[in-house]
Amino acid sequence: MTVRAVRPARASDRNPLRDPQDRRLPRIAGPCGMVLFGVTGDLSRKKVMPAIYDLASRGLLPPGFSLVGYARRDWANEDFAQVVHDSVKEHARTEFREEVWDQLAEGFRFVQGDFSDDAAFDHLRQTIADLDRVRGTRGNHAFYLSIPPRFFPDVIGQLKEHGLAEPADGSWRRVVVEKPFGSDLKSAQQLNATIHEVFPPESVFRIDHYLGKETVQNILAMRFANTMFEPIWNANYVDHVQITMAEDIGIGGRAGYYDGIGAARDVIQNHLLQLMALTAMEEPISFDAHSLRLEKQKVLSSVVLPRRLDLSTARGQYTEGWAGGQKVPGYLQEQDIPSTSTTETFAAVKLEIDTRRWAGVPFYLRHGKRLGRRVTEVAVVFKRAPHLPFSDTATEELTHNALVFRVQPDEGITTRFGSKVPGSAMEIRDVNMDFAYGGSFTESSPEAYERLILDVLLGDPPLFPQHEEVELSWKILDPIIDYWAAHGQPDTYESGGWGPESAVRMLARDGRTWRRP
Amino acid sequence: MIDLTDTSSSAIAAEFVRARRRSGSPAMGMIMTLVVVADTDDADEAMAVARTASQEHPARILGVVLGDRRGGSQVDATVGIGSGASGERALIRLTGEVTKHPESVVLPLLLPDSPVVVWWPGHAPRDPASDPLGRLGTRRITDAAAAPAAKAKAMLHQCVSYAPGNTDLAWTRITGWRALLASALDQNPGKVHAASVTAERVSPSADLLAAWLGDRLRCEVTRRSSEGPGITSVVMSTKDGDVTISRPDGRLATLSSPGQPDRPVALKRRDLDELLNEELRRLDPDDIYAATAKRMARSGRRAPAKRTRAAAK
Repeated sequence: MTVRAVRPARASDRNPLRDPQDRRLPRIAGPCGMVLFGVTGDLSRKKVMPAIYDLASRGLLPPGFSLVGYARRDWANEDFAQVVHDSVKEHARTEFREEVWDQLAEGFRFVQGDFSDDAAFDHLRQTIADLDRVRGTRGNHAFYLSIPPRFFPDVIGQLKEHGLAEPADGSWRRVVVEKPFGSDLKSAQQLNATIHEVFPPESVFRIDHYLGKETVQNILAMRFANTMFEPIWNANYVDHVQITMAEDIGIGGRAGYYDGIGAARDVIQNHLLQLMALTAMEEPISFDAHSLRLEKQKVLSSVVLPRRLDLSTARGQYTEGWAGGQKVPGYLQEQDIPSTSTTETFAAVKLEIDTRRWAGVPFYLRHGKRLGRRVTEVAVVFKRAPHLPFSDTATEELTHNALVFRVQPDEGITTRFGSKVPGSAMEIRDVNMDFAYGGSFTESSPEAYERLILDVLLGDPPLFPQHEEVELSWKILDPIIDYWAAHGQPDTYESGGWGPESAVRMLARDGRTWRRP
Repeated sequence: MIDLTDTSSSAIAAEFVRARRRSGSPAMGMIMTLVVVADTDDADEAMAVARTASQEHPARILGVVLGDRRGGSQVDATVGIGSGASGERALIRLTGEVTKHPESVVLPLLLPDSPVVVWWPGHAPRDPASDPLGRLGTRRITDAAAAPAAKAKAMLHQCVSYAPGNTDLAWTRITGWRALLASALDQNPGKVHAASVTAERVSPSADLLAAWLGDRLRCEVTRRSSEGPGITSVVMSTKDGDVTISRPDGRLATLSSPGQPDRPVALKRRDLDELLNEELRRLDPDDIYAATAKRMARSGRRAPAKRTRAAAK
């Protein structure tokens, strides 16, 4: 027998074919379309368009879903469809199937114009109205701004002026923005003010693709669905936490974006602080967007910076060297980078969280380019046992127990603990136990962008940071960035290694060492 | 893969451990045991499908082939791990008297404290939950459409003998249809007063779909025949007009609803490994299937008995 809980009435409750017990039925977005600004960008072609195809391929897009491209190119609808077709063929995760393409094909439209072109936005309005008629999108549209933030005010102003931002009764309009969400607190506040002047907070979706990753969501599942971790998840047992995001590549062709931004603004402000918040937060009262956000905000508001920023932060620039068997240029030799640039490509910071749970437990966050290998992980390092009944020689090779969330690549969880080395003597050594999400599992689990775009279309916001979180993150980072700006050149580190000496010294001062991830 | 002739469960278990050691990876990370009960002819294909599915769900796969019941009792096995798939695999062939006690071979090989799924890719027992191998499983997967004969009747048998944990791949095949029908009704609130399902004359999936619609919509559902392939159309009649999904070619469907333009939607018939993957994703009893099976069993005992008998011939 099925026992049904009493729930508030929703549209789906009137639908006799829906039942909360029927968990095979996927969440399919209602009729809608998306308008993509910046169709020629890397992100659009490599992530957004393939994700749309993959969603359709898995049967999660509504019939009639339409995609409008907006750019300055002189394209017809067919040219735009061809661009999407090529990007899907090259980058989509699922295999290319004609019938899936047929479902999407009639819904591609292209509008030519730049961001201040009134006539073009008028044309966009007509195009959307036309789609509502011939494709049945019913006035529901998401505007995906895959463009540099300096154009946001123009585009958002135009959307407002042409009545595109206001939904008719019973429909919705949403806006999707990508990082960077500003470059400091002030610019972030300005950006938020610009967006919120036109779109209400619940209609703004900030994409932090890390939060769409299965492994990141699994941090919450691990912590709050189990009993064996939470009792030791506090200052009594945890010595410190290391959060690492290392890239083996340099800045590549992103000189224009990267120089002046740097590692801290590019990655620590958003991804690493979000990972820290998920690792450190208290249990939310439920898993809805509001409760999750509350807990994350509590963590971010209780972060304190160490008093001496010179001793508890480190930054560096990569220099020429050999990485992974290839000779690579240093940051200052990269194309279009001024030789006097003080932009850091490696940043490490020590943060403390002033709560009863975490008092005295440092969180070390580091990110760098051209490091030893590409890896992202959260390592919770535990204290050593208070008393060892073994001799010093027996435990010489025993270090700290650790629990590591491997976010990418090779997603999974590693625990490290001491074990006896087989033999007649008592000798204890560290061993690792790995949980892997299976070899090919990652191929069939949805890509972060798929999950996030579907959530935008469904209007489901738990995985999107809101403006308070963004502003709190900048409040943490601003003093560090200001301090660095006032202190000249960053240190240097050789490409292919694990960052500057200063980062090693920073942990050595606390009697700790970085993990080699 | 290592061949073990005239062997036993403990020798097979020992070979699993040796194979893991040899590959240098002592970590297991398997989440379930999948028992595949197959005939000699379709065993290889079924093992290949199970292996594909184990990429998403790392499992110990135990293929059990029940051979000739006559002659001396013998257990042979082919055991291996890795080579492009996660998990462990053993194909166990039984002949002689032991074919009557296959559970005695499988039981010692089940992974500790984790779910057991039993899958019959072809011929399945009439009552899987009381089958000796079926009893070992928390989930039992049959496939009426793959029954060697009398497919419609096979479906009815499965519905009559439903026990929590049973499902049939005929049900899995209609998930796409059900999702599309449900989302069509999200947009068209209004009571459905009649419905129809058109499909090949013999189609366990279409029978289930009709039973599901009847159970959920509480209305008359007509089952019509067409040339196929599979299900070709479903119509739900409301006061504003018909909501129709038609799929003449087994891959691209058209959704028509009152006051809305017709829209194409991909609705491809899926391969066996995709179906098995979907089944393995949920290891708890499927309550909606239970309700549908109950309805089908009830109506099957009444009217369409004639038709199922005709299909049996």
